[in-house]
Amino acid sequence: MLRDMLRIRVAEEEIANRYSQQKMRCPVHLSIGQEAVAVGVSHALQDGDQIVSTHRCHAHYLAKGGNLTAMLAELLGKETGCCGGRGGSMHLFDLAAGVLLSLPIVGASIPVGVGAALAFQQEQKPNVAVIYLGDASLEEGVYHESANFAALKKLPVIFVCENNLYSVYTALKDRQPSRVLTDLGSAHGLHAVHLDGNDVRAVNDAAAIAVNRARSGDGPSFLLADTYRWREHCGPNYDNTLGYRTVAEFEHWRARDPIAVLQRELLSLGDVTERDIEAMLAGFRSEVEAAFSAAEAAPMPNPVTVARGIYA
Amino acid sequence: MPEARVITAGAAIREALDLALDKHPESYVMGEGVADPGGIFGTTTGLVEKYGASRVVEMPVAENGLTGIAIGSALMGRRPIMTHQRVDFALLCLEQLFNTAAKSHYVTNGAHRVPMTVRLIIGRGWGQGPQHSQSLETLFAYIPGLKVVMPSTPADFKGLLLGAIADDNPVIFLEHRWLHYVKGAVAEGYAAMALDGPRRIHDGRDVTIVASSYMTLEARRAAVALASRGCHADVFDLRMLRPLKLDEIIASVRRTGKLVVCDTGWKILGPGAEIVAQIVEQAFDALKRAPIRLGLPDHPTPSSLALAEVYYPDSTHIIDAVAGLCDLGEGDITSARQEVLDARKGVPIDKPDPAFEGPF
Repeated sequence: MLRDMLRIRVAEEEIANRYSQQKMRCPVHLSIGQEAVAVGVSHALQDGDQIVSTHRCHAHYLAKGGNLTAMLAELLGKETGCCGGRGGSMHLFDLAAGVLLSLPIVGASIPVGVGAALAFQQEQKPNVAVIYLGDASLEEGVYHESANFAALKKLPVIFVCENNLYSVYTALKDRQPSRVLTDLGSAHGLHAVHLDGNDVRAVNDAAAIAVNRARSGDGPSFLLADTYRWREHCGPNYDNTLGYRTVAEFEHWRARDPIAVLQRELLSLGDVTERDIEAMLAGFRSEVEAAFSAAEAAPMPNPVTVARGIYA
Repeated sequence: MPEARVITAGAAIREALDLALDKHPESYVMGEGVADPGGIFGTTTGLVEKYGASRVVEMPVAENGLTGIAIGSALMGRRPIMTHQRVDFALLCLEQLFNTAAKSHYVTNGAHRVPMTVRLIIGRGWGQGPQHSQSLETLFAYIPGLKVVMPSTPADFKGLLLGAIADDNPVIFLEHRWLHYVKGAVAEGYAAMALDGPRRIHDGRDVTIVASSYMTLEARRAAVALASRGCHADVFDLRMLRPLKLDEIIASVRRTGKLVVCDTGWKILGPGAEIVAQIVEQAFDALKRAPIRLGLPDHPTPSSLALAEVYYPDSTHIIDAVAGLCDLGEGDITSARQEVLDARKGVPIDKPDPAFEGPF
């Protein structure tokens, strides 16, 4: 799990580094600081399980095994992008990896994930669907419609709510009354658990229980994972100077960096050494460098294809 | 050739659903009321008994969420057939239909398919009022990635519904409630029709009339009354709003030089506006007169019978439009109007027209 988190971090930091080159000409919503949720959940999943994600989908996609070069090529608008340059950063998917889709309309992918679970149930397959959602999507009616149906039909689905406290610049406390957010899952009959979303092992433990329940026919779960987005809502920069959140709050969360937390623990246990970590980082840096090179070398889509594929 | 019987369009829908559930094991019907005693005006009656509750899924009252759920299942290879008892209810689903269903194939460069049919019923009569009677075909037909079907005959209700279900794209299937009662010859057995384009339903060289859904019946009746007075209309049932194929209609206008379009929904920005625009673009030199558009007036549907009487255009309006284009004599106009009015037998405008029972 440390490897996967480091790999995602290295890839996203390189996206941030290169963004000002203006070759990636689409909005990017970086997951830096939130990697533990994606990695902890993915490590509880098997082949054939499906995830759906949001505008902030890079970590979910990579953690589930989405192709790195196809993702970078998509950000660069290339023919070899996972969407052939038609979606950009907010529509990542990878059929082979079980990344069903990502949608940039808040809440929109929630019912799609429930629908994947309905298909598993109708076909009596042993798979589960995972829905990544943010705290703001709990304000959307479609979350409640989807949770209601998932519980009604005992569907094999897990709602993984990443609470990063902000919808763009608007704080949770300015959007929702003070309440226990897991109640929004349990009120619908979901098995609801609140956990530290920056503790990848806590995420993985909770996800494993939820996955087991889903595969056993015990119905859907709701995992509320507290976490924090380090950089701006959309783009490569830090935005703590804007004043919508305090530097103290940011530093509080950065001290709880999910990667540093796990590294300290593994180092103290002697499970890894500083050299191991350096070697991993070096390996991921060259992998990302190579993926960028391959993506940048790929051709742009041919404009004559622009109107193709509207209908199957 | 399977034998044709005379049945209603409502029965044809039920037969199509039965055949589709049997033909496509991955298909399922979902909607508010599909398994209840009403059975969507009888169109789903008995299906839950035959196929079980996992194939005929009674739905919570959660239109947008369940639309997304249907889409998600379709991406995984299922073939959902959703039903809403009114078009107006489906407004809650537009986010999922327009953003997810319509774009998934395109945005994934052809990797995803959304084999999904959405039945929407256009209400009319008995005081349905402003939020139970909207047609709204323009909304759906505006979106690349959706297909939009508006059948008018029982044979088309069956064949096009089977075609919609077999199609690997999201298809909006707009059913006018009053057409459910119309009878016609419908072949037995499974026979999906191609979702192709318009069909000529009356031959003529004097004027081209294009209608869809319920207005097709009004156009046919107007054409019959006009023909016996020497004015021969080339009448098309549009059937498909998207993809919109106008080649035959443009060829007709090139012969007649005159065009009347009759929308079931509002006239302003309706399908007729697009048809007129394309004809002006492609056959401007053939037009002998300015085209005429008919459709609902530019205000919401009123509930009261007194107000509804002046709301819906009918075959008399089509006769008047054609009369103007073709310079018909006053006597012919009056007698043609009287002929179609007599066929109504004085039935109030808020009830289905007995002259439209068929078979035609």
